[in-house]
Amino acid sequence: MSTEGASSYGDLPAVATDSPVGARNSMDRLYAPPALSERLIRAFLMFCAALSIGTTLGIIGVLFEETRAFFAQVPFSSFFGDTQWTPLFAEKHFGIWPLVGGTMLTTLIAMAVALPFGLTAAIYLSEFASATVRKWLKPALEILAGVPTVVYGYFALTMVTPLLQTLLPDLAAFNVLSAGLMMGIMILPVIASLSEDAIFAVPSSLREGALALGATKLSTVFRVVLPSAFSGIGAATILGVSRAIGETMIVAIAAGQQARLSLDPREGMQTMTAYIVQVSMGDTPTGTIEFHTIFAVGMMLFCMTMVLNLIAQHLRGRVLKGSL
Amino acid sequence: MSRLYTVDAQAVAAERAFRAIAILALVLPLCLLALLFGGTLIDGFSRLSFDFLSGFPSRRPEEAGILPALAGTMALMLLTAAMAIPVGVGAAIYLEEYAPPGKITTLIEVNIRNLAGVPSIIYGLLGLEVFVRSLQMDRSLIAGACTLALLLLPMVVMASREALRTVPRMYREAAWALGAEKWTGIRRVVLPMCLPGILTGVILSLARAIGETAPLITLGALTYVSFLPTSLKSAFTALPIQIFNWTSRPQAGFHVAAAAGIVVLLTMMLLLNATAIVLRMRLQKKVTW
Amino acid sequence: MVEPRMKVQGLKAWFGSSIALRDIDLDIADKQVTAIIGPSGCGKSTFVRCLNRMHEVTPNARAEGKVLLDGKDIYDPAVNPVALRRYVGMVFQKPNPFPTMSIRENVLAGLTLLGTRAKDESGLVERSLRQAALWEEVRGGLDRPGVSLSGGQQQRLCIARALAMEPEVLLMDEPCSALDPIATAKVEELILELRRRYTIVIVTHNMQQAQRVADTTAFFYMGSLVEHAATTKIFGNPTERRTADYVSGRFG
Repeated sequence: MSTEGASSYGDLPAVATDSPVGARNSMDRLYAPPALSERLIRAFLMFCAALSIGTTLGIIGVLFEETRAFFAQVPFSSFFGDTQWTPLFAEKHFGIWPLVGGTMLTTLIAMAVALPFGLTAAIYLSEFASATVRKWLKPALEILAGVPTVVYGYFALTMVTPLLQTLLPDLAAFNVLSAGLMMGIMILPVIASLSEDAIFAVPSSLREGALALGATKLSTVFRVVLPSAFSGIGAATILGVSRAIGETMIVAIAAGQQARLSLDPREGMQTMTAYIVQVSMGDTPTGTIEFHTIFAVGMMLFCMTMVLNLIAQHLRGRVLKGSL
Repeated sequence: MSRLYTVDAQAVAAERAFRAIAILALVLPLCLLALLFGGTLIDGFSRLSFDFLSGFPSRRPEEAGILPALAGTMALMLLTAAMAIPVGVGAAIYLEEYAPPGKITTLIEVNIRNLAGVPSIIYGLLGLEVFVRSLQMDRSLIAGACTLALLLLPMVVMASREALRTVPRMYREAAWALGAEKWTGIRRVVLPMCLPGILTGVILSLARAIGETAPLITLGALTYVSFLPTSLKSAFTALPIQIFNWTSRPQAGFHVAAAAGIVVLLTMMLLLNATAIVLRMRLQKKVTW
Repeated sequence: MVEPRMKVQGLKAWFGSSIALRDIDLDIADKQVTAIIGPSGCGKSTFVRCLNRMHEVTPNARAEGKVLLDGKDIYDPAVNPVALRRYVGMVFQKPNPFPTMSIRENVLAGLTLLGTRAKDESGLVERSLRQAALWEEVRGGLDRPGVSLSGGQQQRLCIARALAMEPEVLLMDEPCSALDPIATAKVEELILELRRRYTIVIVTHNMQQAQRVADTTAFFYMGSLVEHAATTKIFGNPTERRTADYVSGRFG
């Protein structure tokens, strides 16, 4: 850096004769009201943010209104008491349990795949993998999580089911097993990525503390790191379950359209989401009882996922507070 | 101190075993996916041709084409982006820059996070009731785009907020100290600094939205469309719906057509993802503040 | 004695419910350098941020009292704080030229942010950069990014950016704390030069710096003004015991 003497800027050119701000000495703008455009823009931005509240109110309003119309015709006791779901048949039954059961069974299979694989992958990525492996696998997981689920549905129906049929000869063409497995693969990156964030967030002082006491790396990870990341991993798991319950295309394509209350994953079963798709594909006139059913099922779906999401958020909030 | 030099053989073996299991847990699903994607790509490429891209659906699988679906997806993407991006970025700016801390702001934040977790098919039910029926848009392109825009909104808001948060507060203060109005400071200083970040997030969200099938089916998008959308009120179909339709048919020929459709859809998604990644890398290079 | 340019009367400031400034009364002399010294957390930064109403942009922060600028109370409810900041410029602790703007655009940023343009832009750029003693170093590359400069040059660019608005008063909040000694010397030299046409208030934690550049010095302690007097008096023969303890390095 050159050190110039004061002389180089000693004789400054005249200022303040043609002030860019204007009327410099009177400070007349001091009392100018705030610009109108600023207030308009603020109002517009606020409207944008408020629109999200409008969306929620819209969802709740629509579901509530149609569900009310549904229960005007179908008694509550039948919806929660009956064990058959046949609104599209001549002899109509409106028991929700077969749909809930189908949803639960696919979700269970999906989590049985996604949880062990996802969690192991998360532990490996955050505690053992080299930086290069992480650098490549993280974006790969991100891209996988973005693959449209209709693609996974295609995999399940046209490839996984035929493959499984060679092992299990009495596997139906539409079955819960292959839909659940595929769903598990789909959710795996979500669980892996969220759990990895939770494990990575465990302060390294905890790890160093355990290692300094002479603990092996493995026992440090399982006895110290994982318990500290428990809330975050729990949140990841619950979000995974919520995703599985709301997942539509895989089950609509590969799990079949028969609402059946059963525990046998080799059979086809209908989930709540697949039922909504089935009705939407047909030309059901609005205002009929069949039309109302999709909103009643939608309400059930919305409530279940909402409760899970709120629990997950609560757990994650605890993680954030704990790490600060 | 004699133990200082003894290697705990058991611990070493356990760690090795865990590493092996972990790698297996990563490689196994990835191999399965590679197999599935590979099989689909091979099937799909055999069917991919100019006629396929420029053809209309047909009852004969070997003649079926994808043009209306491709045009529908393109139109949906543009319309959805045009609606969701300004509103989503606007909401993010409000929440990050304007919102006074308090109950209402917290409510909006919690609400947006919850909306991101609502199953997409529920948005379809909302769109069916509000856009298709109440606002009488029918089963049109604009009804589909409005529904997808609502679905996209929470993702855009969250991604944009993250990008806005990367701009250190001192630049906002520098603008205000020069006598800038709040919005002028945001537009001239904050937004130019985080634009690549916002774009990356928005593109990634958009890539997800174009793969959505369930809400469009619920709206009642058609599965057999032999014309191109000409106006906002046109009936339409989209790539994922066409793929769903072909997959649901029993003939193997349609499954091959579905595979070709998947190749087209995944290519579009990968292109969008690649754009986002390039933007992100340029951003990371430029971070000097 | 020089006529005060700013008169602070009974100024109080809070962050949420905790008080940061208690009843400050202080006159700021025209075309002089007033240094604000004191240990960390004593409220010296808060004080200068009250002089252009930047204090209140922090969430939950508020201020009360009177600050007269040429006889006009800037805390009068009719005053638009955004407009006020055009007359009271500010330079921050960390150099913060706008990263997306060139050197030229940074100097003109104040006008761009006002939504106006200068009649003679290149003249204004040259004049402001000359006043900030940066012109000779950057004249060949005005279109380079502002952040490509060294730390000391960046801080002088920020000074040029503030000077381009031709402020009545220039506030400097520890402007040299992020700079190396050579860059610091350069900025101090510049302050002495600017003193001829601007009223300057400078916060510093560096007592040698206060002695080198300031005409008067105010010592703040725990949110209160302990003593304000000519710099030579503060460092040579302070009235207050706490001032003496601080300037002799017994605490802080």
